[in-house]
Amino acid sequence: MDDIIELIDVHKSFGKQKVLDGLSLKVPRGRTTVIIGLSGGGKSVVLKHMIGLIKPDQGQVLVAGQDITQLDDRELNQARRRFGMLFQDAALFDSMNVGDNVAFPLREHSKLNEKDIMKLVTEKLAMVGLTGAEVKMPSQLSGGMRKRAGLARAIALEPEIILFDEPTTGLDPLLTDAINRLIKDTQERLNITAVVISHDLAGAYRIAHNIAMLYQGRIVASGTPDEIRASQDPVVQQFIHGRAEGPIEVL
Amino acid sequence: MHLTRPAWRRRLSGLHKKAPSAGGYSLSLTAEPGGGARLVLAGRLDLGGLEQIEGDLGGVWEQTSPKRLVVDLSGVTYLDSAGALALGQLEQQAAARGVELAYQGLGPAAQGIKGLLDWQGLARQPLIPAQRYAGLLDQLGETWLAVVRDVYLVIAFLGEFLAACGRAAVNPKLLRVSEVLLYMEQVGVNGLPIVGLISFLLGLIMAFMSSLQLKPFGANIYVANLVALAMVKELGPIMTAVLVAGRSGSAFAAEIGTMKVNEEVDALVVMGYDPLVFLALPKVLAAVLTVPILTLFSDLMAITGGLVVGVAGMGLTAGSYIDQTIKSLNSGDILTGMLKSATFALLIAGIGCQRGFMVRGGAQAVGTATTSAVVSAMFLIIVADSIFAVVLHYAG
Repeated sequence: MDDIIELIDVHKSFGKQKVLDGLSLKVPRGRTTVIIGLSGGGKSVVLKHMIGLIKPDQGQVLVAGQDITQLDDRELNQARRRFGMLFQDAALFDSMNVGDNVAFPLREHSKLNEKDIMKLVTEKLAMVGLTGAEVKMPSQLSGGMRKRAGLARAIALEPEIILFDEPTTGLDPLLTDAINRLIKDTQERLNITAVVISHDLAGAYRIAHNIAMLYQGRIVASGTPDEIRASQDPVVQQFIHGRAEGPIEVL
Repeated sequence: MHLTRPAWRRRLSGLHKKAPSAGGYSLSLTAEPGGGARLVLAGRLDLGGLEQIEGDLGGVWEQTSPKRLVVDLSGVTYLDSAGALALGQLEQQAAARGVELAYQGLGPAAQGIKGLLDWQGLARQPLIPAQRYAGLLDQLGETWLAVVRDVYLVIAFLGEFLAACGRAAVNPKLLRVSEVLLYMEQVGVNGLPIVGLISFLLGLIMAFMSSLQLKPFGANIYVANLVALAMVKELGPIMTAVLVAGRSGSAFAAEIGTMKVNEEVDALVVMGYDPLVFLALPKVLAAVLTVPILTLFSDLMAITGGLVVGVAGMGLTAGSYIDQTIKSLNSGDILTGMLKSATFALLIAGIGCQRGFMVRGGAQAVGTATTSAVVSAMFLIIVADSIFAVVLHYAG
């Protein structure tokens, strides 16, 4: 199986704090990869490297074989066309209604007329279960609805890869399940590559083809959910069993 | 041996001591045969009396230096982690003095409470080092570094902004005209009432104050010159700029800053938009286009204010006042005033956007950016005005 994204020996520091320390990770095409790890452990930073929002201090980020760290802004924008991204708090534009939010990337990157755009918007909103929410403002939506609207916007251009930044954090168990199912359905229906960062293990087991565990700036374990569950690595063991004692210093 | 408070007061001497009870606890110390001592604690050992208990337990070593100390807890009715901490400290003090310490009447519940204390954790260095108070020299140096860093960031932003202008000039479709119009309304139209009112009052005050000075010389009519020239050349652009900085520069910083916090700026980038072209350019362009017009309006309102004083208070006719005003001004004055205000607008909107883009973190950072946008804009306005004063003096 080929890898659509590959991070090779990526280092990144913010000030004196080293966040990524020689991280290497492969994301196979057409599969769901979940990156798990501690809060504040640099998971979002990994995701932002993949889409070129952050440039590494050292190392390579290959997207479909192309090192995006070497691209200029124009080429990088081109490379970003492959991606959709669901931000942690959905990052909907507050000044626009939900319909305009979803239509936003379509208006910029497609040559469709307004009627077709609105048709696509309706379709995408239906896919995420938000039929008829076009005229609502983001401030009128609940957390779960915001995430779904964000997902509709992320899939508007039918990207090859969707990045999910903590899609279920802060949601109740039912919504968490609904969003997880939505990610799984979207991935299967559109046959895309999904990269999800999460610290929700139950969800990770459900949606992931692959799980990678990030700890101290590196991927310490990666494999299928079963392989992760069976892992003897003390760090992985401590994390998946949710113990405060172990090699990971919690407090 | 349990002693009540009055008893302790009577028997202060020797090894016997009963501490004053804070939260209803008592302590007594007796010598035992063979160089040992017995410390009997009773009542509540809790946070409320911690200071007292700690003091009293520390005082034990001043009273006695036994080989062996038996701590009898059988009379203790209440123990919390603070009480356990005091006991733990007593243990450490005993260990430091080489005294053997044993408990009596330490029930499972009390043991459980004692087990809550993480002595290693207490001894560990805190993750965040204690705040260091910098000396005057350090503070001066750090302030200067911050200023230099800030200037560097502003210059870097200026470069990126010019590049964005270039991209938009090559591909005008990138510029959102509807947004430019929206911000022109926000900066210009919505600013008219306050700019008009302040300028009118300013003209009124200037005319009134100067008329008091000019009246004795019979130079009443020159009030018109004074108001017109002061407003058009200097005060009109400055007053308008200050108001725009307060109204719109802050709004720009807050808007972009909030978008930054909500990751909306990142979302724009991910969707292939250039945030500078998309967010900053319409604001700056709208400001540069509207503020000069706003300045003209301000000039006009101030002259109207002067006119009111002239007609009502100095016995001038409206015709002669207006005539004198027109005579005192030339088109060059008006144009340089507008050029100045366009420059101020560029600085206000530019620094507002820059401060917005610099926001990291949360709501507090947005507040800081907003304040900084206004303060920096005022500073830049004054600096630019000084440069204008010098250049215009030598140029013309």
